[in-house]
Amino acid sequence: MKYRFLNFARQLALTLLVIWTVVSLVTLLIELVPGSPATTILGETATSEQIANFNQKHGLDRPAFFFSAGGEKGFVWNGADNRYADYWLGLLQGDLGTSFRTDRPVLDMILERYPATIKLAVAAMLVAVGIAIPLGVLAGTNKNKLIDNAASFVALLGISLPTFVIGPFLVYIFAVNLGWFSPTGSFYPEDIILPAVTLGAALSAILTRMVRSSVIEELGEDYVRTARAKGLSERKVIYKHVLKNGLIPVVTILGLQLGVLLSGAIITEKIFGWQGLGLLLLEDGIGKRDYRLVQGCVLVISVTYILANSLTDIVYRRLDPRIRIS
Amino acid sequence: MNRLSYIGLAIASIFIIVAIFAPLIATHEVNAQDLAMRFAKPSAEHWFGTDALGRDVFSRVVYGTRISLQVGLIVVSITGIVGIIIGAISGFYGGFVDKFLSGYIFNVFLAFPGLLLAIALAAFIDEQQLFQYFIGVSAAESLINFFGKGLSKLILALCIIGWVGYARVMRGQVLKVREYDFVQAAKALGASNMRILFTHIMPNAIQPLIVQASLGMAGAVLSEASLSFLGLGIPPPAPSWGTMIEEARNYFSTSPHVLFFPGIAIGLTVLAFNFIGDGLREYLDPKQRAR
Repeated sequence: MKYRFLNFARQLALTLLVIWTVVSLVTLLIELVPGSPATTILGETATSEQIANFNQKHGLDRPAFFFSAGGEKGFVWNGADNRYADYWLGLLQGDLGTSFRTDRPVLDMILERYPATIKLAVAAMLVAVGIAIPLGVLAGTNKNKLIDNAASFVALLGISLPTFVIGPFLVYIFAVNLGWFSPTGSFYPEDIILPAVTLGAALSAILTRMVRSSVIEELGEDYVRTARAKGLSERKVIYKHVLKNGLIPVVTILGLQLGVLLSGAIITEKIFGWQGLGLLLLEDGIGKRDYRLVQGCVLVISVTYILANSLTDIVYRRLDPRIRIS
Repeated sequence: MNRLSYIGLAIASIFIIVAIFAPLIATHEVNAQDLAMRFAKPSAEHWFGTDALGRDVFSRVVYGTRISLQVGLIVVSITGIVGIIIGAISGFYGGFVDKFLSGYIFNVFLAFPGLLLAIALAAFIDEQQLFQYFIGVSAAESLINFFGKGLSKLILALCIIGWVGYARVMRGQVLKVREYDFVQAAKALGASNMRILFTHIMPNAIQPLIVQASLGMAGAVLSEASLSFLGLGIPPPAPSWGTMIEEARNYFSTSPHVLFFPGIAIGLTVLAFNFIGDGLREYLDPKQRAR
């Protein structure tokens, strides 16, 4: 009990520390932007009055951090009245600032797109699991036979081909030639299938290999012999006993991969014109140089990723009692 | 080494040869446009056909090998060296240094989704300004000219996200190796910390790092293509495979071959280095060999 609590407290502290660092990095990233955002947004022809207004509206006329070093003046203490503190204060009140381009709250823009990305990531995960478990079991129980080699080959293809190669080919076959889905956008419910398969392909390949080696490992355990000896059907042995134990490492990978899917979704969303967070980041954020929006998107995706990882860790500990103590 | 890793080695060697002798192998000028020959199908004249501007796809794929392998090699070298040094320090000194490095810094870098961090860095960094700040105007200019526009920024972004993998593996290795008898013996003989670390621990800890480097090469090639595909890497008309795919995407339904060949090139390169990495891992870990 004591161990469990200590572990949980440590995990929580680390998660908070990491989130704090990520927020700080994202906040300070905007300082790397060449020139001033004002001239980027308003154009070279903007009057100094317009620029001053813009800077005041977005707080860009104020110091970036608690102190500034370097430059002509050397070390200067700016006090608490700075942009870094502002961003944190806003953040704690659920405010990610105002978009440079649209003047809308960044949080609203993100929340509009967030569900679409989560939907895509979860669908991709379902596709991956749906392919990987049967294929992995099939490969593992037929070790080194033709079907195992074929499954391994398909898995390797999935790992090696990037989404932006798989995606267009799926579009070419299933949307252009067969006409089953829309090539881009999401007009019908089934339009999620191609993006989900594209995004899930790499994960399903990784999972297939994991399930395979897990199954092979567990098949050698004593409890499998016992289960067979008491007359259970091979099907029951595999699905009731072997898979239950063999899936523990797979669950960890799944949790860790949710975050990878979130950032991978950026590319998939671009391929399919899927109106999610990734497309918001790429087109409205980076494309239109709306740095406040970029900050918000990077922040939300990173924090989702971190939370998914921490949750995985907790679930993992629950699933396998051996890990709780060590 | 298993059979697949030899296949990987063979494919990788071919790509390396293609990269080195690109000017001899390419059949056309890389950026020569021939608007009368747009979207030509593969033929004896244009082996892989031509793209939207009538450029020869084969020659562009050949030159793209240079960019990909160059990025991969530089990124793996830098991240490998930085990661090995930081990992070794963390593992060897232990205590507070280790708590700070492996407990905090490693976790922060692992907590960021790599691709997202690279995208953010590539979007925010202005390479010219950044390099000028650190190494002066003329040095920055020559550095950017040496790598080509966009490439140094890309390499920087990939290095920032890449080193932590090596550092983690190296730390684990050093923790293991420093308990061995020969290290204790060296210590007893009065060898300095640096001598123990560099001549006794490092050579015995480095093996798994080779696996990491091979897989890292595959990762770097993939990341370069991804960032270029997103328009954040090497700007056109440079023949980066990612950029070529992005350009070909708009005409994909009518001329799929323009996308097919650079796609296959990326797939084969990544596959080759993954094969090598997997094979080496199996070879170095006897427990896995039986499987």
